[in-house]
Amino acid sequence: MSNKIDNEVLSASPNKSMQRVQASLARRYAKERRFRRMGISAVITGLLFLSLLFGSIISNGYTAFWQTYIQIEVHFDAEMLDPQGQRSPEALSAANYGGLVKRSLRQMFPQVKKRSDKRKLYHLVSSGAAFQLREMVMNNPQLIGSTALIWVAADDDVDMLMKGHINRHKPEADRRMKDQQISWVDELLQQGRIEQRFNTTFFTAGDSREPELAGIRGAVMGSIFTLLITLALSLPIGVAAALYLEEFAPTNRLTDLIEVNINNLAAVPSIVFGLLGLAVFIGFFGMPRSVPIVGGLVLTLMTLPTIIIASRAALKSVPPSIREAALGIGASRMQTVFHHVLPQALPGMLTGTIIGMAQALGETAPLLMIGMVAFIVDIPGNVMDPSTALPVQIYLWADSPERAFAERTSAAIMVLLAFLITMNTLAVLLRKKFERRW
Amino acid sequence: MQTNTLYNSSATQPDNCINIQSSIASDDCHTVGNTSVKNPRMNCRNVDVFYADKQAINQVTLDIGRNEVIAMIGPSGCGKSTFLRCLNRMNDTIDSCRISGEILLDGQNIYDKRQDVVPLRAQVGMVFQKPNPFPKSIYENVAYGPRIHGLTSTKSDLDIIVESSLNRAGLWDEVKDRLNQPGTGLSGGQQQRLCIARTIAVGPEVILMDEPCSALDPIATAKIEELIDELHEEYTIVIVTHSMQQAARVSQRTAYFHLGNLIEVGETNQIFSNPRHKLTEDYITGRFG
Ligand SMILES: Nc1ncnc2c1ncn2[C@@H]1O[C@H](COP(=O)(O)OP(=O)(O)OP(=O)(O)O)[C@@H](O)[C@H]1O
Ligand SMILES: [Mg+2]
Repeated sequence: MSNKIDNEVLSASPNKSMQRVQASLARRYAKERRFRRMGISAVITGLLFLSLLFGSIISNGYTAFWQTYIQIEVHFDAEMLDPQGQRSPEALSAANYGGLVKRSLRQMFPQVKKRSDKRKLYHLVSSGAAFQLREMVMNNPQLIGSTALIWVAADDDVDMLMKGHINRHKPEADRRMKDQQISWVDELLQQGRIEQRFNTTFFTAGDSREPELAGIRGAVMGSIFTLLITLALSLPIGVAAALYLEEFAPTNRLTDLIEVNINNLAAVPSIVFGLLGLAVFIGFFGMPRSVPIVGGLVLTLMTLPTIIIASRAALKSVPPSIREAALGIGASRMQTVFHHVLPQALPGMLTGTIIGMAQALGETAPLLMIGMVAFIVDIPGNVMDPSTALPVQIYLWADSPERAFAERTSAAIMVLLAFLITMNTLAVLLRKKFERRW
Repeated sequence: MQTNTLYNSSATQPDNCINIQSSIASDDCHTVGNTSVKNPRMNCRNVDVFYADKQAINQVTLDIGRNEVIAMIGPSGCGKSTFLRCLNRMNDTIDSCRISGEILLDGQNIYDKRQDVVPLRAQVGMVFQKPNPFPKSIYENVAYGPRIHGLTSTKSDLDIIVESSLNRAGLWDEVKDRLNQPGTGLSGGQQQRLCIARTIAVGPEVILMDEPCSALDPIATAKIEELIDELHEEYTIVIVTHSMQQAARVSQRTAYFHLGNLIEVGETNQIFSNPRHKLTEDYITGRFG
């Protein structure tokens, strides 16, 4: 009806219709500009929050990559280390290296006489110094009897003082470093016996109660083992399930039900998967707690729906004409799927998988349930060794009161983010590579 | 064999036709003309096709002769493609599609439970309405069929098949220097000829073509028509076309479909010069649609 009237109006005066177009043009462009501005401001807001997040994490955490070291002069006294002169590994490993460190410190500050003052003095270096000396002697027993200048890690309080996180002007009772200790540190500084160096320990050590000895290697290895299990299980199972459901299964009530349930599973809170894993893998199958294999199994359950849904979407997006073409010249369904459909869907499937993996890497709650939250010092060597994972390590450190752990928490987050960024970049690159083929 | 008189005596038959526009004089949807041929390659008997509850083909009975080109014409949506896809069971891929009746290939019911669709589709090849080359190289597109069916044992044999197929499809000269480039990078018409080459590379006995020239220019169309002419010495070709000139040029017999019914079938000359059914006449004289 109204069309007809419009048509009459338009056909009556072509000029007028052009005027209308002109008039509406301005409105249309204004609309477009508004939409663009909204889009740009949304993107900018997002970037702002992202840079805020990164900024705060990096500014909090970058200092963790440096660690204060103190140079001490150690005399490897044969009397003290190996009075029997056997040089047997047992005797050497049980010797009193802590005593050596303390003696060196006393020699450096001969004026310290009082017992309580001495204790404060010993506190300047990390308890890890003794382990460092032991390792040196164990590796090279010839050292016994000689004297050497050795850099050992400073205690985390000294480290914090050096990094300016301890305020000298506060009343003495409110600081962890007492006046006396600060004066010793200043003296060492003047002698050039204090230095900040790159904190390799952070990348090579497992967890520790002492911040200066704590590292993320154990958590990283735990995460890698867990993710390897997850990938090895969820990729083939997920892709196979998606292929079957999308390409082979008949559409009926049962497959509808399965589809609904898969979508439901994708929305189930991850802690529920943790409880399930606890009940099934640990409770029923009697697998050990805190091990990456159970973590991997639980994360597989959690990741599968993501991978199946992404893979099905990828399969759906392959044009049906490709299937018809293959079927039309007598390819079997299997050949059609594996020669033509799967290669087309692969980039989408890989993207989905990597997104699922990235989720799994950041997942904490289910791992808490299966005991991967334990305090574990040793670096896991395989999937059956007790371990934690990166996000759990972050959680554990964030809970610790020491200031030095706060910066290590941020540093661990940076490492986690680095892994995530690497994985997501990989996803993009993989997709580009496969898409560029034709 | 049923005679035309029987077909025409609609009074004796229950009227199970699906609705025909009542404005058209004839409400008789039973096939006019001789549906059978001597020594047929394929026989279709009382074929019904349903998409879910919607009937797309109604009681079509038609023989397809050896080494003949049979054209199927009719208005859009009348079921030509649907019928064509029944002949190599491509409709199996559509979940909602149900087929009843019998379709025989060399006396063998292709809808038999024991019939394997893989060899059937190698025997009855298909060229689709829209060109659909694989997203692979031109060479791979043509070589794929022979390779999966194990038609050749050596690379040089395969090369020969690829070259001759492309040659027959009139594409060789245009692509011989870029066989390794993607088939999807060709023009629409070239893609369609590539699809034809891909189909004939398998060496089918029957070739189904669904509007193979709808995307082609007159020169490429002429090439395809030449190819059809040449192929029908050895092959049986069923071609769906919207161009009545094309049907007249390439086919020996023509079948006219209307709303799922096979209205008339006969020698192409007779159909175009002297249609017996009112609907056919309306269509070919351009009075319909
Ligand atoms: N996959 C499908 N699902 C449901 N209905 C379908 C499907 N394919 C075709 N139809 C219906 O079946 C009828 C016949 O369709 P068909 O594609 O065979 O027509 P056609 O004669 O080939 O038309 P055209 O000349 O436009 O290609 C149409 O009414 C169409 O809507
Ligand atoms: Mg069609």
